[in-house]
Amino acid sequence: MLNETAIKELQEIRSKYPSARSALLPAIYVAQREFGWLSEEAYEAVSEVLGVPKAIARGVGAFYAMYKHRPMGRNIIQLCTNVSCMILGAERLADYLKSHYGLVPGGTTEDGRFSLVIMECIGACGTAPAMLVNDEFYENLSEQYIEEILAKFT
Amino acid sequence: MEKVLLKNIENTNSADITEYQKIGGYASIAKALEKERKDIIEEVKKAGLRGRGGAGFPAAMKWTFASGDPKFPKYLVCNADEGEPGTFKDRPILEKNPHLLIEGMVISGYALNAEYGFIYLRGEYPDAKHILERAIAQAYDRNFLGDDIAGKGIVFHLSVHQGAGAYICGEETALIESLEGDRGQPRIKPPFPVNVGVWSKPTIVNNVETLSNLPYIIEIGGEAYSKIGSPECPGPKLYCVSGHIEKPGVYELPMGTSLREIIYTHCGGIKGGKQLKAVIPGGISTPVLPPDKIDCPMDFVNMPKHGSMLGSGAVIVMDETVCLVKVCYRALKFFEHESCGKCTPCREGTGWLRSILERIEHGEGQEGDIDLLLSVSSNILGKTFCPLGDGAASVVQNFIKHFRPEFEGHITAKTCAVEG
Repeated sequence: MLNETAIKELQEIRSKYPSARSALLPAIYVAQREFGWLSEEAYEAVSEVLGVPKAIARGVGAFYAMYKHRPMGRNIIQLCTNVSCMILGAERLADYLKSHYGLVPGGTTEDGRFSLVIMECIGACGTAPAMLVNDEFYENLSEQYIEEILAKFT
Repeated sequence: MEKVLLKNIENTNSADITEYQKIGGYASIAKALEKERKDIIEEVKKAGLRGRGGAGFPAAMKWTFASGDPKFPKYLVCNADEGEPGTFKDRPILEKNPHLLIEGMVISGYALNAEYGFIYLRGEYPDAKHILERAIAQAYDRNFLGDDIAGKGIVFHLSVHQGAGAYICGEETALIESLEGDRGQPRIKPPFPVNVGVWSKPTIVNNVETLSNLPYIIEIGGEAYSKIGSPECPGPKLYCVSGHIEKPGVYELPMGTSLREIIYTHCGGIKGGKQLKAVIPGGISTPVLPPDKIDCPMDFVNMPKHGSMLGSGAVIVMDETVCLVKVCYRALKFFEHESCGKCTPCREGTGWLRSILERIEHGEGQEGDIDLLLSVSSNILGKTFCPLGDGAASVVQNFIKHFRPEFEGHITAKTCAVEG
């Protein structure tokens, strides 16, 4: 179940749209934040608050790459490997994450500290290669810089 | 050229409403509200403003269709789903100049008689979400949004709708599906969104950069605006340049600045003095160009005459160290991943193209693979619901057209001559 604050937040989001169905995307974000990932329970909560069938909520959620349908690490590294980042070394950085942190695309470290998601262009091409860790952009990456950044996360 | 879209962004507080008003921000709302709605559309028509999202459709024409539809309410949607790889031009507006966009949307909302606006923002821009939401709250506080804008009884409400990682939602009908809480799959047209859009009501979907031009058009008038840049599609244009370039970044220049001038004059040339090998001029979906084809005016009308497209103005510069088979393969991996699955030529075709390119890249290419790539491409081109499939097919066709020997080399030598 969602706590009262989250339910209130969902109801507020709902009021911005002419239909409950339209609040589905923002509602799934709230559920993901509250439950950590989109479990059956998370979709049940969304369904209950918005009055949208759970099958619909799950079907819509499955379409979008930023919704997580399995448990994730405490910090999510989103590394871009699209062309602008690739030609400036993003693949080397992916190799580095594998050799130094045991992180493969889609994987999570054994201690649950990091998950790695390969991204399709995060709009940081002018400062490539780039990644997001949780909600923060990190740009002009190198192996050494990645090590410094990741040291901040527990 | 005076900066319009990136004005004041060096100011670290440029996203704050007080700073925006200090440089004359929000003054165009009062000026616009003195005009009849139709006169604003007329002004935009005189300005010759074309949509900056990629298609370059005349904005005033779209607006005329929507405002002529008798159905109410009408909706104004800002497409901030900037997802075309290589594109980061809207990000400085969203993060550093959000009030310019809000002001543009209020003016557009008034012109279209739309009382509700949504900014469909890509999920990958978390900073922009917070900045826009704060800016919207400030605009409500100062009566530039709400039920009685500037004391003139004009109503316009605005909120941010966050996407969740789907490139296809940049296509306007897919965006509308997503805004309605559905999977982002394009709709068949007609009916067009200007008549049957979000919640079946007349809907205008315009790009961030397009809407951000409105305050300036109102300020200086359509006639004066039309004198900036290319006569056939005037105005300031944001070009975002990435890859092997000395000074990558977002540049505001007159529309129609040549690709060569952008690369060598404004961006300082190729990084480390290396040789230019190829340029993708308008985001990954636009046809790649070899170095001898970069003397082309970067605008919607002239780029097709020079074998490519302006697209989103996202210039990706590649030097001699780049393997273009690999770039083409990476591009197709992207298209396969982002194909929404609705129509067969795109869903199946992008997968086949990726798979053939993958084996060529990995030294397992077979004789006849290049012809096979071209055959699959031609079976996608023009046969899909939306432009995603066309983009994928034309990427393959153009890489082969300009760099065929590199593909042949991979197949015969079973290895890459550039990367080894």
